[in-house]
Amino acid sequence: MSLLKEPDLGTPAKPGPATVSVEIDGMPVQVPEGTSVMRAAALSGTEIPKLCATDSLEAFGSCRLCLVEVDGRKGTPASCTTPVAEGMKVRTQTPRLEKLRQGVMELYISDHPLDCLTCSANGDCELQDMSGVVGLRQVRYGYEGENHLDLEKDTSNPYFDFEPSKCIACSRCVRACGEVQGTFALTIEGRGFDSKVSPSADELFMDSECVSCGACVQACPTATLQEKSVVELGMPNRSVLTTCAYCGVGCSFKAELRGDELVRMVPYKDGGANEGHSCVKGRFAFGYATHPDRKLSPMVREKITDEWREVDWDTAIGYVAEKMRDIQAEHGVGSIGGITSSRCTNEEVYVVQKMVRAAFGNNNVDTCARVCHSPTGYGLKQTFGTSAGTQDFKSVAQSDVIVVIGANPTDGHPVFASRMKRRLREGAKLVVIDPRRIDLVRSPYIEAQHHLQLAPGTNVAVVNAMAHVVVTEGLVDRSFVTERCEEFDEWAEFIARPENSPEAVEPITGVRAEELRAAARLYATGGNAAIYYGLGVTEHSQGSTMVMGMANLAMATGNIGREGVGVNPLRGQNNVQGSCDMGSFPHELAGYRHVSDDAVREVFEKLWERPILPEPGLRIPNMFDAAADGTFRGLFVQGEDIAQSDPNTQHVNAALEALDLLVVQDLFLNETAKFAHVFLPGTSFLEKDGTFTNAERRINRVRPVMATKTGKDEWQVACDIAQAMGYDMSYSHSREIMDEIAAVTPTFAGVSFEKLDKLGSVQWPCNDKAPEGTPTMHVDAFVRGKGRFVQTPFVATQERSTRKYPLILTTGRILSQYNVGAQTRRTANVAWHQEDVLEIHPHDAEVRGIESGDEVTMSSRVGTTSLRAVLADRMPVGVVYTTFHHPVTGANVVTTENSDWATNCPEYKVTAVQVGLKRSGDSAGAAQDEQPALVD
Amino acid sequence: MSTTTSPQIRMANDIAVQFRHQPPERAAEAICTHIRMFWDPRMKAELLRLMDSEGEDLDPLALAAARLLRDGHLS
Repeated sequence: MSLLKEPDLGTPAKPGPATVSVEIDGMPVQVPEGTSVMRAAALSGTEIPKLCATDSLEAFGSCRLCLVEVDGRKGTPASCTTPVAEGMKVRTQTPRLEKLRQGVMELYISDHPLDCLTCSANGDCELQDMSGVVGLRQVRYGYEGENHLDLEKDTSNPYFDFEPSKCIACSRCVRACGEVQGTFALTIEGRGFDSKVSPSADELFMDSECVSCGACVQACPTATLQEKSVVELGMPNRSVLTTCAYCGVGCSFKAELRGDELVRMVPYKDGGANEGHSCVKGRFAFGYATHPDRKLSPMVREKITDEWREVDWDTAIGYVAEKMRDIQAEHGVGSIGGITSSRCTNEEVYVVQKMVRAAFGNNNVDTCARVCHSPTGYGLKQTFGTSAGTQDFKSVAQSDVIVVIGANPTDGHPVFASRMKRRLREGAKLVVIDPRRIDLVRSPYIEAQHHLQLAPGTNVAVVNAMAHVVVTEGLVDRSFVTERCEEFDEWAEFIARPENSPEAVEPITGVRAEELRAAARLYATGGNAAIYYGLGVTEHSQGSTMVMGMANLAMATGNIGREGVGVNPLRGQNNVQGSCDMGSFPHELAGYRHVSDDAVREVFEKLWERPILPEPGLRIPNMFDAAADGTFRGLFVQGEDIAQSDPNTQHVNAALEALDLLVVQDLFLNETAKFAHVFLPGTSFLEKDGTFTNAERRINRVRPVMATKTGKDEWQVACDIAQAMGYDMSYSHSREIMDEIAAVTPTFAGVSFEKLDKLGSVQWPCNDKAPEGTPTMHVDAFVRGKGRFVQTPFVATQERSTRKYPLILTTGRILSQYNVGAQTRRTANVAWHQEDVLEIHPHDAEVRGIESGDEVTMSSRVGTTSLRAVLADRMPVGVVYTTFHHPVTGANVVTTENSDWATNCPEYKVTAVQVGLKRSGDSAGAAQDEQPALVD
Repeated sequence: MSTTTSPQIRMANDIAVQFRHQPPERAAEAICTHIRMFWDPRMKAELLRLMDSEGEDLDPLALAAARLLRDGHLS
């Protein structure tokens, strides 16, 4: 594909039918009411010159280049700010307009460096283009007068430069920062000739509130804001459409290359998830894919104390197959298994679970969603019938009340957060349920109506109390419940019990009863109410219970089955949804169908020509337990760092050490690889050819930007191992894998690469009933038929603060880093987050003699680590917080074996700890070198 | 009571406590069903083995569920 330039219609689309008829230069066109003359002209095929207008931003009317003449009206109005009117006749090209535009351009150019030939934006500069369009031939004013040409360049940001001498003060960057990103870090400082773009209060970009989302760079019509990579490498000349491999938002990007070199990632306007927006990770942090730390050759060693030996693919695969078969011969069919990765494509995940079920002959397959969203799988299946968010991201624009529970979208899911913030600025109400005062609670133009600052571990008590208010104050949507749900009466009797009242749970949760009642009333009566949640819900001993509690609340108030409502997990990794969809759990085949279902197994057995066991296999924590007791001895790990990500480090390490064969497939020699006998090099998202499924069930294409650096696609590796173990598994292309997925999975029946290439993306279910996918689920009926109310009694976690460990540790992410940091730590994103720190309330710090910046030790009943303290009054007294992006911090050294009762998802969010000043004799970091951290 | 709780007993007890609000027979059935649907056969077998040797560590509802498993709910 050559360089993909998306059309820019100048101003945003207006909703509604095209009912207004106008004539542009004699061409008739019909557009929706409120459409600008500029957009109507563009739709009729006439491009009006413009500089300050772009269709991702509301019209501003400052550049005066888009002037037009309208019959019957005086003057020359700006076409961007003039809405169409029925019967309007517009002329865009007249001698008067030509003269005016040339005059405007002449003024712009009189204060602009004329270094076009050496400018980094040469060939991609709207000022340059418009000069040509308006026919500018001379600049009469010279450069002797006052100008901006000597303004200093700001190169402080690691990814883009700010060159104010090239600025035309069009405010596109300022408006993008506000309207699109919602950060409002930029402003126009000064007036008249002194007007200039200013990050925060005339600070350097790196010192300002800028979050480096890239929206300003994308909006800039000149080289004023320019990617450093473009400055260094030159303008790209071809594009490949693909999907980001960071969080579960799943943004679509144009990978722009110069020859075979990736120059930049530009968010794609037609991307269903992001609609042209991005964050600092997806936009800029792709350098890890070519980082020198990557291992590109297979490696083998007999013992984990041996040196690695590089081998060819055949040798490595033959070694794996032989060892796996030997282990099974000696210890039984169930003695080996595999783990799939949420960072890999649907196709790669599918073949690994197929390798386990068909070639290994057991159900010992699990996925890293075990440690993040497995409670979502359980909870939503029990209540709604399937494990999936109910809405598309666009839906939030129709919400009147937004409830954010245990999530920090501005850091964890920033592109979705920008959508959410836009709706909140429009007037939607916000309820935040979180122990921390996250940024969303109070940020520019946004303030939560209610922040329920609950004690960690008391989610279920809070959601039950909200439901109690709904039921006892007569706020139930009776018709919805009667028509659409079952088991309501039993649930209502349970939830109305006094022990679930806000007053009864206040001493447990720490949330004022009146505040909770007000939040519940707002949710139930405020119009369309939507719940968005994260791992602050799932990573608890009652994670699954909480998911069901939220589903109960949504059903009781009728907030399911239309736009603007719903229950929506914000998935941590790019393909958490997909890896779960693909049959990665040991109890389910693709499409969330239990292995005990004979009819379902028969479908797979017929196609795969192998029997499938009707009982579940081992989950990841069970694999560790079984390894420790000697019944599980061989493990294939695809793209996950379990030694770093899973809790109870000592136990995990002991289990991995006990294995006879550990195979790791990854980009880097990660912590798990320290225990591995075989390392198989993996491919980055820039080399993959397949699909990711994001948190809104959107299946997006991942297209190869560059040839695989390892000589093999990851799905081929799984096929080769299966083949070497005697099971015939082969595909000529990844599209054939998707065809097989579609053949065996009813919710994917209509999905194919061809359809995705044609439509851009689809949201499952995609089948005969919904050939172009399903943006909103459970519209007329739930997947399970009737929505099921499930009783959710609050059961306190066993993890309690004690005299010895009086504080509760909870964890989360920061914007610039991702997960355990394996990718983002290998990019310039470290400029924002060089180490994990411990946030502690000033009171808790003071009684311990701790000041901001002090090195402190943090101990739990299972381990000790050390890190730097930062005093933060957004923490409640008694609760401390850290991120988990740097392995040296080793947060998992202190986390425990506690887990969700239904799924074994670890209870990462509640650990009793003590914090103290680090003494001179204490060792640095965690108990061991390169210790693990939490997973998200 | 044993000094170190086996994973199967810990997990069974974690499940059991979630069903305490139900009548005992119904709770035991629900716990049994959960274990049957989500546990690997070797884990179920180990639970049944421990039921005899370390039954005192099991929550009474978990013990009742284990008996149901032993008596035919083990698929």
